[in-house]
Amino acid sequence: MNESLLRELVPAVIGVLVRRGADFAVAEDAVQDALVEAVRVWPDDSPRDPKGWLVTVAWRKFLDAVRADTSRRHREVRGETEPVPGQGEAVDDTLQLYFLCAHPSLTPASSVALTLRAVGGLTTRQIAQAYLVPEATMAQRISRAKRTVSGVRFDQSGDVATVLRVLYLVFNEGYSGDVDLAAEAIRLTRQLAAKTQHEEVAGLLALMLLHHARRPARTGSDGRLVPLAEQDRGLWNTQLITEGVDVLQTALARDRLGEFQAQAAIAALHADAPTAEETDWVQIVEWYDELVRLTDSPVARLNRAVAVGEADGPRAGLAALAELDPALPRHTAVAAYLHERDGDPVTAARLYAEAARSAPNLGCW
Amino acid sequence: MAKYLLLKHYRGAPAPVNDVPMDQWTPEEISAYVQYMQDFAARLEGTGEFVDSQALSPEGTFVRHDGEGRPPVTDGPFAETKDLIAGWMVIDVETYERALELAGELSAAPGAGGKPIHEWLELRPFYAEQPTVTE
Repeated sequence: MNESLLRELVPAVIGVLVRRGADFAVAEDAVQDALVEAVRVWPDDSPRDPKGWLVTVAWRKFLDAVRADTSRRHREVRGETEPVPGQGEAVDDTLQLYFLCAHPSLTPASSVALTLRAVGGLTTRQIAQAYLVPEATMAQRISRAKRTVSGVRFDQSGDVATVLRVLYLVFNEGYSGDVDLAAEAIRLTRQLAAKTQHEEVAGLLALMLLHHARRPARTGSDGRLVPLAEQDRGLWNTQLITEGVDVLQTALARDRLGEFQAQAAIAALHADAPTAEETDWVQIVEWYDELVRLTDSPVARLNRAVAVGEADGPRAGLAALAELDPALPRHTAVAAYLHERDGDPVTAARLYAEAARSAPNLGCW
Repeated sequence: MAKYLLLKHYRGAPAPVNDVPMDQWTPEEISAYVQYMQDFAARLEGTGEFVDSQALSPEGTFVRHDGEGRPPVTDGPFAETKDLIAGWMVIDVETYERALELAGELSAAPGAGGKPIHEWLELRPFYAEQPTVTE
């Protein structure tokens, strides 16, 4: 039994049922029933077309469920009389499922949970473990989300930016228990990227791959965070880096720049440097300029000041920093670092102490 | 979503409005209070906002490692949390405002005479994971 194949198929099959008119929650139950059947039957009698098999069985389960519900008799008639479409459906239903799970009527947290459930095919228990809440709590959260979107029709055009935001949230949750949410986010984004030509989807995928590639080097054996400049670059996953750079270059070639592509470009320049000293800071500054232009985010401006400090010297970095609001998180730490590099240890020490006092005390008491 | 700790204090917090020590409550009043807490937790489970709730026993010991091969130090006197902290509830909510609202509601549990005790609760956010940035 190929569990990952099943998980890949789940969203597509739910999508087919919903497009045929099944209510989202009922469709999902029907697909779950079909999966149980698959686990029972496939080891002895594996189908040539697993997706077709699942669609057929899930549709039958759906009809059974509808039939059992006498108050829905009229839907039964409609369901029974509707011809079953063939397999060569060009419409991509999985894509629609992404949009449904990122529907604006859902809170970001609900969108994340529903995406992991419906598109990712994770169990409620797995999602609850990943978010460190009781299973009953997560079950309620998901069923509320399902109720919220259950009347939503598939013909509404979805907002890719919202879908990407949801996937980015999943990625940033890291991992716990038996589900690595970063890996899961990459898997889902990969699927999405295969289905759409949207350059920001590719940008996000590249960004995730490039970040994920550095993960083995990011923490020391004692669990301490290792700064980028001190990371053992031999631990970086070169295969993921190569893939990330390829995906990014294809996206950039379409010349429709977006925030995720710009972030990925910065990550790629870091990943591309054989040593920290060989980092192409001049180009990184240029990408931060793009990022600031695209997002106008204060955090991007702060990061840009650091990059300017590396590219044009600490004085230039301090000048860039002077234009920013000193109340920004990590502003003081950046100032301390730039003064230290500028050969002013007294000011640096004072600012480092100030930054340490105001920083949240992470990881230790 | 963000997680918050609602900490119930015995002492150390300002006096609640309905300030009658629990050992002077009738058994019915105590049952009503406990029922209120249970209903509150059950309702939050229903909204997908419940994480954990525990009442703490008044027993408690201070312990510290005192070097390899030596028994741990358990001496006081210290200001022990058993005098201060009665229990907690952890919630996972969308906004700080929602956390405030729930803490206010929990503080209105019935006490002596069936009147809300208006007890003080300490509301503390958990440290969130740092979002991934461009390093």
